[in-house]
Amino acid sequence: MSNLKYFTNGLLKENPLFVLVLGTCPALAVTTAALNGVGMGAATTFVLVCSNLLIALLKNLIPNKVRIVAFILIIASFVTIVDLVMKAFTPDLYKTLGIFIPLIVVNCIILGRAEAFAQKNTVTRSILDGLGMGIGFTLALTIMGGIREILGNGSFFDIRLVSQEARTILLFILPPGAFLTFGYLIAIMNSVKRKYNI
Amino acid sequence: MDFITIIILALLVNNVVLAQFLGICPFLGVSNKVSTSLGMGAAVVFVMSLANLVTYLIQNFILVPLHIEFMQTITFILVIAFLVQVVELIMKKSAPSLYQALGIYLPLITTNCAVLGIAILAVQKNYSLVSSVVYASATAVGFTLALVLLAGIREQLELNGYPKGMKGFPLTLITAGLLSLAFMGFSGLVK
Repeated sequence: MSNLKYFTNGLLKENPLFVLVLGTCPALAVTTAALNGVGMGAATTFVLVCSNLLIALLKNLIPNKVRIVAFILIIASFVTIVDLVMKAFTPDLYKTLGIFIPLIVVNCIILGRAEAFAQKNTVTRSILDGLGMGIGFTLALTIMGGIREILGNGSFFDIRLVSQEARTILLFILPPGAFLTFGYLIAIMNSVKRKYNI
Repeated sequence: MDFITIIILALLVNNVVLAQFLGICPFLGVSNKVSTSLGMGAAVVFVMSLANLVTYLIQNFILVPLHIEFMQTITFILVIAFLVQVVELIMKKSAPSLYQALGIYLPLITTNCAVLGIAILAVQKNYSLVSSVVYASATAVGFTLALVLLAGIREQLELNGYPKGMKGFPLTLITAGLLSLAFMGFSGLVK
């Protein structure tokens, strides 16, 4: 199927976090554990798919001059929905992610995809693109969260890997660990790409 | 809470970039040169203080009395986007030299999540009008401090050798990590 490539594009080749380096604020802030990464990724994916869908539907109705404001309004509406839903149904996760839920509005991935993809493409393709980008982002967040959780807390998805007494590298769940993990992950990605010419 | 505590907390202990991860995009993007990062910093100080002043008024005189607090995200982002445009227009007319210096950085600020983030945080912390503006200014100065420090280090790093895979983002991120480690030394400064 030819449309499939719009979905797989966001997973690896144009991974929003590791390749395009968009959405770095939530990526650094919430990835103290793998589960937080999944939660943040899911919330972002929902907003991304919905806003891509609506923008692709309305692309001929929105005047070009006010398109950015219109996009921001559409995105902000979906973010408010996610915010209220998560507050009601997953209060613990909502508390952990905190300020970064409303801040999905200013996540460059979403406005970036609206501007670069959804306003020029069909509804189906836009949904696939949103889904691929969202899942790519979720995967990247989960990998980062997993590494930081294993190194910093000795667990993975809250399952203990080492004994309670064992010493872990606490640094990795503190702010500096976020920068270091992210930096080394991109460095590894770059080196692999260089070696195999991807 | 007195103003000195708010300032020390916002500037050093909870540095907006290095401890709270707000405004990472401009932090990584505009930290090539010390001079440009100073320009960006000045624009952020200006917009952030103004944005907190306006969002405080909107929150307490429109959203709360009408019980539509859930509209916060939508209202605040629109206000900030609008504010940046207005500031740009006014500056162009009345202070052309300042506009020349800050001009290119102003539109970039709409996408700076620190502005929206700090506005929401100030509401969550129940600050008064003056505290809110002081908090925003101190945070923005903290942003500038981190930005200028990183730019200074990056200028020096350009002259050194490093592994090829580290070029660009990785090197910047690891430098930022070490800066963040240094800033952790400030924790405990305020009880």
